[in-house]
Amino acid sequence: MIEPSSNTPPAAPAPPARRRLKLDSWGGRFGLAVAFLLVFTALFAPLLSPYPPSAIDLPHELAKPGGAHVLGAGENGIDVLSHVIYGARVSLIVSLFAVGLSAAVGITLGGLAGYLGGFYDEALMRFVDILLAFPGILLAIFITSVLGPSLVNVVFALTFSGWTGYARLTRSLVLSLRERDYVQAARALGAGNGRILFRHILPNAAGPLLVQATFAIPGAILAEASLSFLGLGAPPGTASWGALVDQGTQYLLVAPHIALYPGIAMALTVLGFNFLGDAVRDAMDPKRVER
Amino acid sequence: MMRRLGSAALALVGALLLVSLFLELVPGDPIEVMLGEQAATVDREAMRRAVGLDKPWYEQTWVFTQQLATGELRTSLPPFQRKVVPQLSAALPNTLILAGASMLVAILIALPLGVAAAARKGTGVDHAAMGVAVAGVALPRFWLGPMLIILFAIKLDWLPVSGAESFRHLILPAVTLGTALAAFLSRITRASMLETMREEFVIVAKAKGLSPQVVLWKHAFRNALLPIVTVLGLEFGALLGGAIVTEKVFAWPGMGTLLLTAIEKRDYNTVRATVLVFTLCYVVVNTLTDVTYALVDPRVRKR
Repeated sequence: MIEPSSNTPPAAPAPPARRRLKLDSWGGRFGLAVAFLLVFTALFAPLLSPYPPSAIDLPHELAKPGGAHVLGAGENGIDVLSHVIYGARVSLIVSLFAVGLSAAVGITLGGLAGYLGGFYDEALMRFVDILLAFPGILLAIFITSVLGPSLVNVVFALTFSGWTGYARLTRSLVLSLRERDYVQAARALGAGNGRILFRHILPNAAGPLLVQATFAIPGAILAEASLSFLGLGAPPGTASWGALVDQGTQYLLVAPHIALYPGIAMALTVLGFNFLGDAVRDAMDPKRVER
Repeated sequence: MMRRLGSAALALVGALLLVSLFLELVPGDPIEVMLGEQAATVDREAMRRAVGLDKPWYEQTWVFTQQLATGELRTSLPPFQRKVVPQLSAALPNTLILAGASMLVAILIALPLGVAAAARKGTGVDHAAMGVAVAGVALPRFWLGPMLIILFAIKLDWLPVSGAESFRHLILPAVTLGTALAAFLSRITRASMLETMREEFVIVAKAKGLSPQVVLWKHAFRNALLPIVTVLGLEFGALLGGAIVTEKVFAWPGMGTLLLTAIEKRDYNTVRATVLVFTLCYVVVNTLTDVTYALVDPRVRKR
């Protein structure tokens, strides 16, 4: 999947860039650690968490952190730590599916638009304009509100509103790549359209697309949590960071810990993936290191 | 410019059709919500005719648009007497005030931070400012809001928890909504400043012996403003989207609260109208940004 160039550091940066590069690799390492931690937590949630995420413990309802509940307890005495641990699963699964599907749809449609041009291109770009007329998360809110709260619907909503970025990027990349000599050479050798697009053009567009996808993961995590916070994402009873913060906002006076900890988990995750995105971008494009 | 306006109008009409089509294609019957599952078929049919749900979706969309434009649109659930447009026009200013205030918060934080970082590039000031910027992007609004409430409204008791009665009610929501933009904008400001500071006219100004402060603010900053203003215009949409979450946190009586209440009640006329007004605001601001950009920068106008 990953281009070999993503693992190799950019060669010989200009002297003033060196310090910045060091900072980036520090950020990259931090990002990798966060990503690893998230995957690890999601995979081994049942082993790591002291209780099932929604186990009821009425005597300890809204209990402060410490004792039986390390990070405290929420409504009906659910364990906040266990909820946060299981929430990592929802965050990871939803964001990976949403980003993967968005990328697949966007790259295919955008690639075809750039390659074929003409009416298809025009029609697709007008449709993209329509989807981009909805500010921010509004389209996803509308879709999930109509379809009802479920994680599948969240993935669908985020894909439906998220593929446009890949489509635009892929289209512009294809437009510049399709005139390259090696594409002409492949065509002269008798390669078909599909082969040229998927074997010759798109692999060369992989770098910027990978950067876009890396940055999209924290975006999807935030979007899922926001939808769950609004009651439109994870169905009731599912452990989701956003839903737990929502629960916590009702008890800010008596039990502020309920809202506090899932938010910290999420801020760390988003921070890590943003650093990772920066590192991937710098590794892909040595010219940018200067900034 | 006409082309730009045309594609904006096209996108708006498309958005209206998309929203209507979505409501049409989705399983689930608003009549069932109104009358309950046990209602007799005759009653359902009568109700369907009464609210116009027996017509094809494009005709319903047309009727909806006409009613919205003339202000006659009413909520799609009992009580039918309530008009939607007065609710919209009560909520819209609140959302615009909130978005405007958070933009102001973002500007007040981001410009000094970005300029300072650029002026002292590579120093501790730069790293600290950019560290703050990176952290600011990562804070989810629906979490930052409650945390600000705990700190400033409950622990310190400086500001009200929620509502919209006075200027003091605006501060926490505006900070909540504006933080992410402040973080992003300070990175843009820094990058734009660094770029302008390499320009020849800045070098000339320095060579003339002008004081560093004058060069920084009068020569570099003023010329670095254009991309900053453009980003502000284009990010307004993200603020509108983020306002929905922020309004829920602070019970701010704006479009977001209206939308979420309508969603909860399954009042699809109001949902549709609110989504549409959101979209309209966004498209108008984006188009204005593009047009202003062309007017301000002769290099763009010439093309």
